[in-house]
Formats: sequence, C-alpha cells, structure tokens
Amino acid sequence: MAALQRLQPVSHVAVSGGTHGNEMSGIYLVKHWLREPSALQRDSFSATPFLANPLAIERCVRYVGRDLNRTFTKQFLNSKAAWDEPYEVQRAREINQLYGPKGSAQAFDFLFELHNTTANVGACLIASVQDNLLPMHLCHFIQTHCTLGHYPILLYNLPDQEAYSISSVAKHGLAFELGPQPQGVLRADLLTQMGALVACALDFIDLFNKGTTFPAFETEAYRFIGSVDYPRHPDGELCASVHSKLQDKDFLPLRPGDPIFQTFSGEEILYQGHATIYPVFINEAAYYEKKIAFNKTEKCSLSIPALQRE
Amino acid sequence: MTSPATLNHHKDHYICFQQSLKLLNRMTSCSVVLGAPVRRVAIFGGTHGNELSGVFLVKHWQKNGAEIQRSGLQVTPFITNPRAVKKCTRYIDCDLNRVFDPDNLGRKVMEDIPYEVRKAQEINNLFGPKGSDVAYDLIFDLHNTTSNMGGTLILENSGNDFIIQMFHYIKNALAPESCPVFLIEHPNLKYATTRSIAKHPVGVEVGPQPQGVLRADILDKMRKIIKHGLDFVRIFNEGEEFPPCTIEVYRIIEKVDYPRNKNDEIIAIIHPCLQDQDWQPLNKGDPVFLTCDGETIAYEGDSTVYPTFVNEAAYYEKKQAFVKTVKVKLTAKGLRSSSS
Repeated sequence: MAALQRLQPVSHVAVSGGTHGNEMSGIYLVKHWLREPSALQRDSFSATPFLANPLAIERCVRYVGRDLNRTFTKQFLNSKAAWDEPYEVQRAREINQLYGPKGSAQAFDFLFELHNTTANVGACLIASVQDNLLPMHLCHFIQTHCTLGHYPILLYNLPDQEAYSISSVAKHGLAFELGPQPQGVLRADLLTQMGALVACALDFIDLFNKGTTFPAFETEAYRFIGSVDYPRHPDGELCASVHSKLQDKDFLPLRPGDPIFQTFSGEEILYQGHATIYPVFINEAAYYEKKIAFNKTEKCSLSIPALQRE
Repeated sequence: MTSPATLNHHKDHYICFQQSLKLLNRMTSCSVVLGAPVRRVAIFGGTHGNELSGVFLVKHWQKNGAEIQRSGLQVTPFITNPRAVKKCTRYIDCDLNRVFDPDNLGRKVMEDIPYEVRKAQEINNLFGPKGSDVAYDLIFDLHNTTSNMGGTLILENSGNDFIIQMFHYIKNALAPESCPVFLIEHPNLKYATTRSIAKHPVGVEVGPQPQGVLRADILDKMRKIIKHGLDFVRIFNEGEEFPPCTIEVYRIIEKVDYPRNKNDEIIAIIHPCLQDQDWQPLNKGDPVFLTCDGETIAYEGDSTVYPTFVNEAAYYEKKQAFVKTVKVKLTAKGLRSSSS
C-alpha cells in the first residue's frame, strides 16, 4: 500500500445541474440553490451552483445542437469559434473559461455534475478512470456515511480515453447519476436523495480542508469496457427490445447465454460474450441514438492510499 | 308408439313452450340493442412520437399483420405523426391529439399551418370524415404515459354501449390484472382526440414508461389489450349476444396544476406519498405536494377522489400535476350485431 498522499486544500467547488436539459433533479436543485445558497455553504468554502445548458433546459430537451457532456475534450475546447458551430460547443468553451481551463492550475478544484437516467441504476457515483485519489475518497465517504441507499462506483471512460464530461474541466470531478426517472419528470424521492448526496460530498470536502486524515482502503468499482447496441433492421430501426429479464437489472451479473433482447415476433436473443459482465445504463432513452442498449462493465478492486491535506 | 291422447298432451305442452319462448324473446329484445357490424378498424401508433409501444407495435404489424387479422374485419395499423416519430418527440408544432375539433379540421391550408393540423386533416380524410357515415367504425389509439396508470382504457362517451361492452370483455379477459377505465366525458375538459374521428373511439394508455424508452413488459400489456379488443369485435360480428353489463369507470372532474410562484415557476412537486398512486383513493388531509422547503401541501377536498395522470412528463407544460376522478358505474344494454 502506498504512503499517505497529500493534496492541496479544496477552495473552488462548483455544482452543475442541467448538463442535459431534461434531467430534472439537478435542474430543480440548482435553481433552488441559486435562490437560496445556504445549503452549499461550509466553514472552509462555499460551492457555486450553475445551470450548464440553459437553452436545452428552457426547451426541456437533452441538447440543442450536440450532447454537451461529450464536448469537453481538448479538441472542442481549443477549437476556433465558427458561426455555424453547435450551441453546445460555444457553451463548453464558456464553461471552460469559468471553471477551467481544463488541465490548468487555475481550474476549479472540484466540479460535481448532477444527472438522471431512465435506467434503474439507483444512485451511482461516476468518476473518470484517471482521477483516482480525491474522488475515490469522496465516494468511500459517501458509501459509509450517506445511509439513504447503496452507491456503486462507475469508472466511465476507457484507460487511454480522454475524460469528456463537464466535470473534467476542473482538477477533480464526480457525477451523481440517479434513476430511474423519465426525462422531463421530477420525482420527489430522487430529488431528496440527490440533495443528500451533494450535502454529504460537501461535508467530506470540509473535513478534508480541516485536516482530517482519511485512511487507506480497498473498494470495488465497475469499470466501463464497451457497449452493446440493439439488434436493428438494415434501415436502422430496432427489431427487438431489451429482454424483460435484463430490464432494470443494472449492476447485476450478466452471463454468456443469458437473454438480453426479445424481438417483436417473440424470439429471444442471448448474450454472446465470453465472460460475466455487469450491465449499466440498461435502456437509457438518450442512448438509442448513440446505438447503446446497455454499457458493459467489469468489477475491479481499487487500493486507495491514505489522504490528508497539505 | 304414442297414442293420440299422448300426442295431444305433448302438443299442448309444445304450444305452451312456444308461447313462453315468444314472451322470453320479447322481454330480451327490450334490453338488447342491435348494433351495426364493425368492419373497418384502425390501430393508431405514434400520435405522440416519443410514446414508443404504439410506434413499434404498429411498425411491426405493418410488416407482419397476422396477429391483428380477424375474419370479417379489416384492420389497418397506421402511424399518425411520422415526423414526430422520426424525431422521437411528442409533436413538431402542436399536440396532434388535441386538434381534431371542427375548427382545425375545417381550417384552410396555408403555408404556415402547423404540421399537426395538416396531418389531422389528412387523417380525417383517410379514416373519417368525423361524424359521417363513411368514417371508420373503430379506432384504437395507442399511448404511453410516465404515470403509473397500468393498462388504462379511455372512454369518450358514457352512452356508447358497444365500447362499454368491449371494455367489460377486455377487463374480464385480463382479470385478475386490473384494467382501469378512464372516462374523459366532460363539458370543457374533454379534448378532440385523433381517434374521435371514428364511430367508436378507444384510447389505450399504458404506463409507466419514460418517453423515448421501449419496455418489453409495457409492450406486452398493450399487445394483450389489443388482442382482446379485436377478439371482442370478431365475436360481436359473428352474432354473439352480450347481456346487459355494468362496469366501474373513473370519470374526470378536474385538473390540478403544480403550485407556482408569480414568475410561473413550479414551487412544489408531487409528494412521495402521491407519486405512483394513480387510481388510489385520495382523501382530505392526504399529502399531494412537497415544497422546496420540505413542507407538505395536503388535499383539502371533502370527498374522496381518485387521482390519475400523476406526474406525466408531457403535462408540465399543460399545467397539470394530476387529474381528479370519481368512481361511477356505467351500464350498457344487451348488445347483438344487426347482421346476425
């Protein structure tokens, strides 16, 4: 086990809602915090709430031109402004100016992004595979202190893939993904849970800033390894739906030979992979156009060294 | 060998029996309505382009219609809002399921006419005209909702014996699974639906399902409802007599909006105790909304109501958090096809 790691205290923290304009929990919470910021204040810092995609929020759609949460790569952020570029490219650059620049010393210390999904993920904590220390300690703190539920950790990008989500603009980031909730719907139970998660996360940062030592630990996480599309007709139309035995079974093992799709004529299609995987984002509405019926993850074990502020 | 005395005795009995039968027939025919056979049936999907069960069922039946064929009927599956379906959105310019009123159907087609109004006129030409003799006999209009309504049948007219008998048949076929019937007959809350162009309009609303999502269990439920509906039509056409029947329905009485501030922003949301409780009784004092500050707003009405369309995504813009209904019993007369 590695020795105690030290990091600089965390002073600039942001919380974004509405990266996708129809994921209502984050939008409603941020609008509330913009009117009443007291819940985001701690002794050692205050978090800044902001609405990431105001135009999409106004129209209650995921995005207007392109998915904002796929637009925070250096390619888009450093591109030259063009008159015909999608709204979200311009917005990503603005967000990068306000809370980044990504990769620089001036960037915010921590950015939280609030999401909902139509998939039955419960409440999961999503981090990039590269950013291992502070977010993992934060996740561990949530798992041990936030008792409203069970909080699996998902590492969303491939090992050599650049982190592309909004929280990658800051030095450290984490997404809270709560579901199932339909797009455009606000459920009170998920809203309460999302608020509690943010509060717990800010408590952790405050404790960290005050010099608390967080001991080393081992944790289980689910690491993204690829995705599976729906069976389609040559014209691209779906010819099957997610099988009723797979529906709502996010984070549960899927073994070779298990049913994954059922056609409209009643035939079953079975999983052809070689090993057990853990499907996540099963039947997410926004992923039909991304050609994803579910994401595949494998369980991995992370050893995280102890942490204390400098 | 029977003696003449015995034959006469049998004959008297026989005459008595015939007279009894005639009396019985007269009594029965007082409470039996003769209905015209139902020959032309349509099944509409995609009236809202992001309600996917109907979209995929109709597309499947257009490729392979064996499942929906019945002898003695012509059944046409049809996508009503193709542009909205392609974009996977509820509508392009305006809600197709609200524009089948005489004004919109008779409107002059100009450049700037909303897409859905133009579509409504086309659909009225193909399957109507609404109110005429040549309109389709029966239209099933397939919908999904984000509300926890289960498989709900929607009735527009409390006097339509044919549909009440059909709903009675479907409910029995699906029992013990429940199949609530929602009656939208109301002086000003009733709306001009796509299916209203037919003589017999039937709404099929299955939830909960998010917009843009296709769930196998919800698809299956909708499929079963259609199967039983078509079975009823075939049996009816073949001359079966359906005795008078009574069904319990939920009749709409009022829509309830979210509490809003002076900027028209929502300041309270559906309370967790009401969320997912469609068709369950709501009594005075029961929680309905939860404010941002964590306060509960309770139902203040004096009588029990049965809420439905609780937290439907598409109704935020229509200023509808849920709809109040009351339980009502509807009776249909006995029914038989006039062609038998």
